[in-house]
Amino acid sequence: MNVTSQMLVFLIAIPLFSAALLLLGGRALDKVGHIIGTLASTAAFAVGVIEFLAMLGRAPENRAVTQPLFTWIEVGNFNVGATLLLDQLSVCFVLLITGVGTLIHIYSIAYMSHDKDRRRFFAYLNFFIAAMLLLVLGDSYLSLYVGWEGVGLASYLLIGFWNQKPTYATAAKKAFIANRVGDVGLSLAVMIAFVQFGSVSFSGVAEGIEAGQTSSLALNTLGLALLLAAVGKSAQFPLQAWLGDAMAGPTPVSALIHAATMVTAGVYLISRSHFVFDAASVAQLCVVIVGAITLLFGAIIGMAKDDIKKALAASTMSQIGYMILATGLGPVGYAFAMMHLLTHGFFKAGMFLGAGSVMHGMNDEVDMRKYGGLRKYMPITFATFGLGYLAIIGVPPFAGFYSKDKIIEIALDAGGAKGIILGSITLLGAAITAFYMSRVMLMTFFGAKRWEAGAHPHESPALMTIPMIVLAIGSVSAGFFFNMGDRFINFLSPIFHSGESGHGEKEHLLPPIVVSALALTAVAIGVSIAIAKYGRGKAIPAVAPSDVSLWTKVARRDLLQDEFNETLFMRPGQELTKALAVIDEKVIDGAVRGVGSITLDVASGLRKTQTGFVRSYALWITVGAVGILAAIAVMSL
Amino acid sequence: MPAPKIEYAVLAPVLILLAAGVIAVLVEAFVSRKYRYVIQTTLSFSAIGLGILSVALNKDVSGRFAEGSVAVDGVSVVLQGTILVFSLLGLLLIAERGFQSFTAQASTLPGSADEQRALASGLQQTEVFPLTLFAIGGALLFPAANDLITLFVALEVLSLPLYLMAGLSQRRRLLSQEAALKYFLLGAFSSAFFLFGSAFLYGYAGTTTFEGIKVQISTAPGNDLFLLVGLATLTVGLLFKVSAAPFHSWTPDVYQGAPTPITAFMAAVTKVAAFGAFLRIFYATIGGMVWTWRPIIIVVSILTMAIGTIVAIAQKDVKRVLAYSAIAHSGFLLTGIVAFNKSGVEATLLYLATYGFTTLGTFAIVTLVRDAGGEVTDLNRWSGLGKRSPLIAGIFTLFLLALAGIPLTSGFVGKFAIFSSAYESGNISVVIAGVLASAIAAFFYIRIVVLMYFNDPQEDGTSVMIPSPMTAIAIGVCALATLILGIFPQPVINVIDSLAIFVAG
Repeated sequence: MNVTSQMLVFLIAIPLFSAALLLLGGRALDKVGHIIGTLASTAAFAVGVIEFLAMLGRAPENRAVTQPLFTWIEVGNFNVGATLLLDQLSVCFVLLITGVGTLIHIYSIAYMSHDKDRRRFFAYLNFFIAAMLLLVLGDSYLSLYVGWEGVGLASYLLIGFWNQKPTYATAAKKAFIANRVGDVGLSLAVMIAFVQFGSVSFSGVAEGIEAGQTSSLALNTLGLALLLAAVGKSAQFPLQAWLGDAMAGPTPVSALIHAATMVTAGVYLISRSHFVFDAASVAQLCVVIVGAITLLFGAIIGMAKDDIKKALAASTMSQIGYMILATGLGPVGYAFAMMHLLTHGFFKAGMFLGAGSVMHGMNDEVDMRKYGGLRKYMPITFATFGLGYLAIIGVPPFAGFYSKDKIIEIALDAGGAKGIILGSITLLGAAITAFYMSRVMLMTFFGAKRWEAGAHPHESPALMTIPMIVLAIGSVSAGFFFNMGDRFINFLSPIFHSGESGHGEKEHLLPPIVVSALALTAVAIGVSIAIAKYGRGKAIPAVAPSDVSLWTKVARRDLLQDEFNETLFMRPGQELTKALAVIDEKVIDGAVRGVGSITLDVASGLRKTQTGFVRSYALWITVGAVGILAAIAVMSL
Repeated sequence: MPAPKIEYAVLAPVLILLAAGVIAVLVEAFVSRKYRYVIQTTLSFSAIGLGILSVALNKDVSGRFAEGSVAVDGVSVVLQGTILVFSLLGLLLIAERGFQSFTAQASTLPGSADEQRALASGLQQTEVFPLTLFAIGGALLFPAANDLITLFVALEVLSLPLYLMAGLSQRRRLLSQEAALKYFLLGAFSSAFFLFGSAFLYGYAGTTTFEGIKVQISTAPGNDLFLLVGLATLTVGLLFKVSAAPFHSWTPDVYQGAPTPITAFMAAVTKVAAFGAFLRIFYATIGGMVWTWRPIIIVVSILTMAIGTIVAIAQKDVKRVLAYSAIAHSGFLLTGIVAFNKSGVEATLLYLATYGFTTLGTFAIVTLVRDAGGEVTDLNRWSGLGKRSPLIAGIFTLFLLALAGIPLTSGFVGKFAIFSSAYESGNISVVIAGVLASAIAAFFYIRIVVLMYFNDPQEDGTSVMIPSPMTAIAIGVCALATLILGIFPQPVINVIDSLAIFVAG
């Protein structure tokens, strides 16, 4: 036990305390709320950096530290402590959450300056930081679950933050429903882990699997339950529909929660449960399939969106698809998934903040068809967004090149037909990404001005541009930095045991240099098509043209995901609910009346004075009693 | 024939409450109206206080008393303690005088001139106190009863006052009286089933005592017709009391029609008492027949969870939502019966403790949301409450999250314990149904949260009353318990685990 492990609790306690203070402090704190919130986040970041430096000072095998807080539930020999665990995997998240989180707090001071509820906004942001830290610092599935619900709640509150518009509340509801479906997966996983291994801690489950305590059926079920949870939280196919609507929330929220951190929790969950997936081949295959589908799904939607935030959201979905796909590829994949997660955290958060900055200057307009030529008016936004753009499409030496290239490489190396299919999908995804991101870039910053009357675009204040610049620096350098001498992979190898499998010596399907060339070719094709369609001299109508192919129409409607959900789940669900309510409250009564009317024709006048309800309820009871009698009779045959 | 031996000290909790009930009747008859309220509340609170004290003194007792008709053991001590604590909180709501929940004179016709006169002159009968005391007495005896006759007497002592209390609402008198009548008729119907079952079990075992039945089952196993019919109909009677489907249909109407403090009392206290009796009968008496009753309880449990959660979605009245939620929770609690292992007993007791605080708290808050015409229970009119009364809406949100079983609230701990106990017993179907039902249930709980926070307040005179200390204390205690049992449940779990043992034999 050393000093730094005693400090872990402060990571969570500081933002949590600040959130409580801001919420309970009331109007008295309106003037200083944003400062308190930002300081709390900064303090948590400072603790995170100290923890990280202390960790680097320890030998690789001793880097993980734990801090037991208290015994939460202890029943018989089952013991769940509230214990915090900081290892190489969680420290990456801690730095990402608090680092990007702090930048976004700073940005929000200016972005939300006109909002009368700014204090409440900062309270929710702080609460989110605390819950997300708990999610990644818990040492058991149960603690993770607590954080998991917490970030869901925060996301829900923040999506609906501007609830004046009814669509926004609907968006919040949609996010909630998708997340609840995922949560069922997580609670089932907790239950399965508990019953199979008598423990819900990560180490307990890992040991149990190593000791061969369980069947492969149970392991695959556990894996699929975890995948369901990840799919819900990370907006993966088939629970992806909520992410686009979640853009209704304030833009800093989209940057922090719906791009950089919370939506990547699914990747964390799968990486953290690597011991489950490595032993459950069916579940692992499903992970790959989900990742591959979402990667293309998101990219295709991204091509058709005119709303800048929705285009970025589709891109987030697609990039997380890459990460999920990588985690499904086994020990070599986890570290690269994490690397892409971190670089994506930088460049996507940066681009969202850029989008926010554009909106800030354009009267909250989100339709890219009403932008155009903004590079002269918002030079800093243009430059930072541009660097993020180069990073996401994977141009060397920017961050996305290193991380995405590696994923394409290991996808190709997956072996056989699987490798060729996955490799092609990832390459195709890279081309489409290059296309739609170029489209965003061209429609927003280049070409003719297509502004609405009354728009006076201007650069945002320093409080907003500085976080964008810092994130842009990350987008430029993070990939190179992580990749130098495989330092990131080596840093994580004690967790995933990826070092032992020796990814370097493995036989490659194609030499890495060829893979990079292929990827760059794909990117070049994507960019060229975008320039041909949206580049210099191409007119961009103010209203999206309607004489387009069926594909475009379908893509504009999010590949019919809403229609799909409505027809398959929502309508039948509503009908079932209504029908049950009617049966429960009316139909039996009607049946009683029906029977009664035969005998009561004479006394129909009398019948009107009776409600009939009690009789119908009594009929329920009689039916039930007969049912139980019959059941007992059958049981004892 | 020697006089029967009565162990007064061990039976004190029940006796104190029933004696207080008798005194309260005398107070009602002989004391001047001016002093009645003060005397009745003092009497009731002291009786409950003394009751809690005498339960605490019984904590190491384990045995059968009053000629074997009452079993006092760890399980009954936990249950009686829980019942008394919930009764205390319920009584705080019932005794609230800051606003009127009860009719001035129950005997007057709704809307009649008599009633108007009674209201205008500020008359307020206090008959609700003796009724409550009798109900508590019955509730205390119910889970401790150790033979079929005592069980039936306890059931009726618990139920009869509740039928009356359900009809005492000041506003919407007709709805309230209709609820009372329905509750009474259906209660009588289910009592008939219960008695029918008791008679058959007597015919089978030749005795009404639980251990006699147990011994008979273990020595002469087999499918005796009397045993099977008795078992089935007795179960119907009990399932009615816990509002399990398809015996639940009275619940929404009664919960909605009864005065809200009574609904709160009923939802918490009756549920504990009825599940207490459930535990004693299914675990300690007919445990030998587990292979016969378990599949039935599984089906009933799943059906109850499904009906409770799905139908709740379509409700527009907050009291009806909570009624269906109570039905769903009965389904969850039945999974603890299905478990049929030691952790099943512990989990059921824990769940009852967590659920009672939460449900009392929710109904307590319902009493506060009012307009000129009394309580506002139409959900649409609750919109924007979070903006108008952030504190009350915040506490209500906490309760709803607990009912939904979100971690760090007591509801999660309870659900986790009860589902694990069922899983441990290998009955995975109920666990999966339970987890799915909890997921669906979260929709309608959170819908209310959304309504309170995300919708704009309506300008229709709906406002949140400032509670008097009585209701405020009740809400505060419930909120605190919901939080503490969620974050730091260990001390309570330890107490329950150390006590949750049935008397041997």
